[in-house]
Amino acid sequence: MIKNKSLASPYIVWSVIFTAVPLAIVIYFAFTDKNGAFTLQNIMDIGQYTSVFVRSIVLAVIATAICLVLAFPLSFMLSRMRASRQSMILMLIMLPMWMNFLLRTYAWMTLLERNGLINRFLGLFGIGPFNMINTSGAVVLGMVYNYLPYMILPLYTIMTKIDSSVIEAAQDLGAGHFRVVTKVLIPLSMDGITTGITMVFVPSISTFIISRMLGGGSNLLIGDLIELQFLGNSYNYNLGSAMSLMLMVIVLLCMSFTTADGEEMEAMV
Amino acid sequence: MTDLKKRLAAVLAATVVAASALTAPAFAETEVDDGYDYTRFADDNITLNVYNWGEYISDGSEGTMDVVAEFEELTGIHVNYTTFDTNESLYAKLKSGGGAYDVIIPSDYMIGKMANEGMLEELDFSNIPNYEKYIGDAYKNQSYDPENKYSVPYMWGLVCIIYNTTMVDEGDIASGWGLLWDEKYAGQILMFNNSRDAFSIAGKMLGRSINPSTVEEVEESAEKLKQQKSVVQAYVMDEIFDKMGGGEAAIAPYYVGDGVTMIEDNPDLAMTLPAEGTNIYIDAMCIPKGARHKEAAEMFINFMCETQVALANVEAICYSTPHTGALELLDEETRENEFMYPEDGYLALCETMSVLPDELNSAMDSAWSSVRSYDATGNAWLMPVLLVVMLVLAAVGFVRKAIRRRKRDY
Repeated sequence: MIKNKSLASPYIVWSVIFTAVPLAIVIYFAFTDKNGAFTLQNIMDIGQYTSVFVRSIVLAVIATAICLVLAFPLSFMLSRMRASRQSMILMLIMLPMWMNFLLRTYAWMTLLERNGLINRFLGLFGIGPFNMINTSGAVVLGMVYNYLPYMILPLYTIMTKIDSSVIEAAQDLGAGHFRVVTKVLIPLSMDGITTGITMVFVPSISTFIISRMLGGGSNLLIGDLIELQFLGNSYNYNLGSAMSLMLMVIVLLCMSFTTADGEEMEAMV
Repeated sequence: MTDLKKRLAAVLAATVVAASALTAPAFAETEVDDGYDYTRFADDNITLNVYNWGEYISDGSEGTMDVVAEFEELTGIHVNYTTFDTNESLYAKLKSGGGAYDVIIPSDYMIGKMANEGMLEELDFSNIPNYEKYIGDAYKNQSYDPENKYSVPYMWGLVCIIYNTTMVDEGDIASGWGLLWDEKYAGQILMFNNSRDAFSIAGKMLGRSINPSTVEEVEESAEKLKQQKSVVQAYVMDEIFDKMGGGEAAIAPYYVGDGVTMIEDNPDLAMTLPAEGTNIYIDAMCIPKGARHKEAAEMFINFMCETQVALANVEAICYSTPHTGALELLDEETRENEFMYPEDGYLALCETMSVLPDELNSAMDSAWSSVRSYDATGNAWLMPVLLVVMLVLAAVGFVRKAIRRRKRDY
């Protein structure tokens, strides 16, 4: 095992410059006013935007849950396939990610519109048109579509490590499908689940472009609110920093739920 | 050493010339006024950073003049041309020291704000003789730059209402800005996703100035905008091109210049100027504090005010020009276009945006975010759902802990 700590120094320098220092700046701005004096006013001002924060959390939680429900069975099936087929399907999952994020979201805009492809197709059968764009549902859809691969990949990675004989053993001992999933699969892939949840939840809660393009600008999320502080009229970076700090605290809180769960699960197994 | 440097510079210059010769269109040099020495920096190897709105210059596409390349060829100055999409992002970038620019082209109220904060250089108009010569008097002495110290007008225009003639009844057009509040077109109306523009329209609806003067006025305008929210399909900016072009929406307020472009793409669209009057905006060229090549920047501004260049620009982007020489050369149809060059009587009803004090700006921002997160039908389900989710999570955690504790006890 390599013990020499100096090998990590490039990363330490990197993270100090690009993580620690910016974080300190954010905290500094969050607790000062325009003249640099200490104040709690910024944090208190956030109170009036509670509904936006709540909406962001709810939408991100829903998107994460949908991603998990979709990705879990898919990852399992994927991990049991022949190696050649696995790599092909993984390719298919990764393929959309080669395209620009904005472009993918823009494409959904044209699909969901009132005169969009989906409504026109349904129109052929005399159904619709449905009002799909500019709704919270469209925002969730955008999140799920864009972040699903981040859920699949960690789940798949961890599930390939589960030996099929473990599952067979459970079945031999009389466990039904449901029990195999709850007692064997889920506990064994808990690490992947928590990683996946983190990787989907964090970008979902802080996104602003998805809500702008698919939410019609009226489903304001935290990300939009923060952007508004920096690119709005008043250029209030103190309030913007306070909001970013608040967002970080929320994310940390939510993450503590999942990681605590993971540890307990491991302890149980 | 110096010899080597010179040779390198020569090679570099040759490559630049060769490169620009490759990209330049077939016709050669631009006609410029006599008596201005455009070549005085030719050997200095200067790079000029120009920061302009996106698609806001004649760039050589479809056989038009490539203004930047022509300037480079004429002067030997290299231009690093980049674009921004809102006044606010330009401001944020300059304020945070994120860019060193020599020429910027903000709009009226932003010029005023930047001038107040000492972010602009005073221009030396002896280097910009074309300003005196060509820029129309109507565009001078504006409130954002009362003494004409900081800016040279580049383009101007009005905010109009764009509508789809197949979806909107001709009779409703007369209702002016009220059209944007008309429940008959609920779900087919687009609105500016930009607080300043949105509050201008609300101000006009309330029969006031487009510039709020008190916090109460901001709040009343916000109320008006909240009333509108139930009929608005989406708050957008450039997405308007797509949504109006594709017939996705019926009515949208936007800039006349872009309206002309949209109508070219979709002949069903038409424009109207509300009788109450509207916002007139002027985008002008300025030099930010700390510009490295101020005199070369002034040369660029002067070049932009050459008649042929101004004409090429205005023809390419379809906005209205403050350049009297270019205006005369425009074809008659454009010159008499009632939206691009409306008569003076209507222009008297129009206002530019003024610089607002900090207090009003932050009131407007928070009112604007509350407008956009406001929901008349009520999002009553949100809180309970969150509560339930949190409760379930907490309960699961609690049960787990209990199980674990019991196991440990064994």
